[in-house]
Amino acid sequence: MAAETSSVSPAPRFSLIRQLRESPHAQGLALISPTLIYLLFTLVLPLLLVVVLSFMTRGPYGNIIYRVNLGNYTRLMDTLYLRILGYSLLTAALTTIGTILIGYPLAYYIARTPPRQRSVYLFLILVPFWTNFIIRIYAWIMILRTEGLLNSFLLKIGFIQAPLDILYTPTAVLIGMVYEFLPFMVLPLYTSLEKIEPAQLEAAADLGARPFMAFLRVTLPLSLPGMIAGSILVFIPAMGMFVVPDLMGGAKTILVGNLIRNQFLTARDWPFGAAASMLLLILTLIFTLFYTRRAGFGEELLV
Amino acid sequence: MSQFAVELRDVVKRFPNPGGGEIIAVNHATLQINHGEFFSLLGPSGCGKTTSLRMVAGFEWPTSGEIFIDGKPMGRTPPFLRPVNTVFQSYALFQHMTIFQNVAFGLEMEGVSREETRRRVEAALEMVQLTGMGSRKPRQLSGGQQQRVALARALVKRPAVLLLDEPLGALDLKLRKEMQLELKALQEQVGITFIYVTHDQEEALTMSDRIAVMNKGNVLQIGAPVEIYERPNCRFVADFIGETNFLFGKVKAIDPDFVTVSLHGSERELVGIPLGKFYSGQEVVVSVRPEKMRIFDDTPLKIGVTPNQPNCFPIRIINTMYIGSDTRIVIDFGGGTQLKVWEQNHLSTLDALAYYAPGQELWVTMRPENVLILPQEE
Repeated sequence: MAAETSSVSPAPRFSLIRQLRESPHAQGLALISPTLIYLLFTLVLPLLLVVVLSFMTRGPYGNIIYRVNLGNYTRLMDTLYLRILGYSLLTAALTTIGTILIGYPLAYYIARTPPRQRSVYLFLILVPFWTNFIIRIYAWIMILRTEGLLNSFLLKIGFIQAPLDILYTPTAVLIGMVYEFLPFMVLPLYTSLEKIEPAQLEAAADLGARPFMAFLRVTLPLSLPGMIAGSILVFIPAMGMFVVPDLMGGAKTILVGNLIRNQFLTARDWPFGAAASMLLLILTLIFTLFYTRRAGFGEELLV
Repeated sequence: MSQFAVELRDVVKRFPNPGGGEIIAVNHATLQINHGEFFSLLGPSGCGKTTSLRMVAGFEWPTSGEIFIDGKPMGRTPPFLRPVNTVFQSYALFQHMTIFQNVAFGLEMEGVSREETRRRVEAALEMVQLTGMGSRKPRQLSGGQQQRVALARALVKRPAVLLLDEPLGALDLKLRKEMQLELKALQEQVGITFIYVTHDQEEALTMSDRIAVMNKGNVLQIGAPVEIYERPNCRFVADFIGETNFLFGKVKAIDPDFVTVSLHGSERELVGIPLGKFYSGQEVVVSVRPEKMRIFDDTPLKIGVTPNQPNCFPIRIINTMYIGSDTRIVIDFGGGTQLKVWEQNHLSTLDALAYYAPGQELWVTMRPENVLILPQEE
């Protein structure tokens, strides 16, 4: 009898530990649990709070009245707000296009230089980020304002007769935004351009493609994943940007980001601000999904 | 049609060395490649074979000298204007295009009509046995299939010359052997001049009509496989192509057909054929291939060889290795020299006595035609 029982392996005392030991799934879950908990408290819960808040009403003293209604959303359908939203979409889209136009040649050039120089250039692109964002925007203000560097230079060389009014216009906002988001476009573009084997372009030339044709048919499609990643990295934060329009657009330019900020901080209408945030979130999501699907996002980006 | 499909006339290519100075990749190379020929550039890595090929393709331009394709000097003609196409070592297939689009790319650049493109691409895919694979992406194909796509993509343009840069290097041994035969058959079928770069001497011997052996930027010898193997013109070629034994000595006597060499470190003398001009007393290298020697037991008289005849010496077996088709034997030739001898196992037997054993005292003979006398390089 005794011999029989001893031949059976003892039952594990803690099934949790046994599970951790045996199941790769449980191991994975255990490993990412700190991140999951962090995300739960810093992302999921605040987001839920905003969702709930967007269905409430502002009280007379900026307090929140907890009564579920769709008032904030119907109010957002006002042409005034729709125009702000449309304008934000346009600005974000133009910012993305601007970063592609400036960033592509830059990334292309860096990817074609010898490896040792590359790290220097990449470093130079990141150097401005060591300075505070606000200070860099003020530097742009110094450059663009009526008696600024740009105008005095252009006047001196006689290119213009009267100073240009760039600052506090939509153009200034665009300049500031493109400047701010350029590295987010250059880095992913560089990564995918750098991965293109020189032999691919040699093959194109060998098969009769002139350089421009080789660029259109080989380089450009192969760098598309980088361009998509860069566009997402630029477009999404550009949609919510409010510092640049505030400082460089004067009072004239209001983007969705400014609207939300004003609702929370100035008007103290948190429920309406929350509803505007939700709209921004949903729009950005739809736009991004559409863009990535159209451009075949997925397997290419993972390679 | 000019006399040669491709001609390299005194071509030099120098690259700046990142560490300063210059690297001479190709050193005064002169080659003439005939129409319809399967021509191989063979040599170890860094010998200049790939650079030579890239200069024909137009990816590099010669520092000096001139390359002619079908009699026309190429100068600095860019690749897209040259009547040659390349099969790259890495295949360099366009990953974002389907197989059909890959093969059609070159025709599209030429402005060939849609209908003709479709017809020619399908014919090319059929030729490399990839019919019906047109809609796949390169990534979905095996290495061997990708290799065929690269071939179809280049051949569909009907180039005057096809350049192949170690195209089989990435394939496993069995597939490589199959593809060697297929490539050769294909080349005979299409009749296009092939210039084939490889470091694999067996591959070059199997496939080529002629081979140029290169080392350190220099073209050492150009000839048919049999010439390169049986009559190498220098020690490097003898060593690089196949296996061989080297012995060292001094020229003792020169006959019209044969040269007698007295070997260093022993009293022995070898009679062989001179590959080059020699004078009495010159230091020479003697090359004898392992399969061109015979080992006999203690009765050389029985087979009509007397110990007094040239190139018949007593030896001792050091060790033997049975590898199925052959037995590879290392013999002590005397004077501290060991030689490799390969014997075909032409008898099927389990009798241990039929095989040599270490320590056995036997004889070795080699016919004078199999003993190659080469100049000692400076």
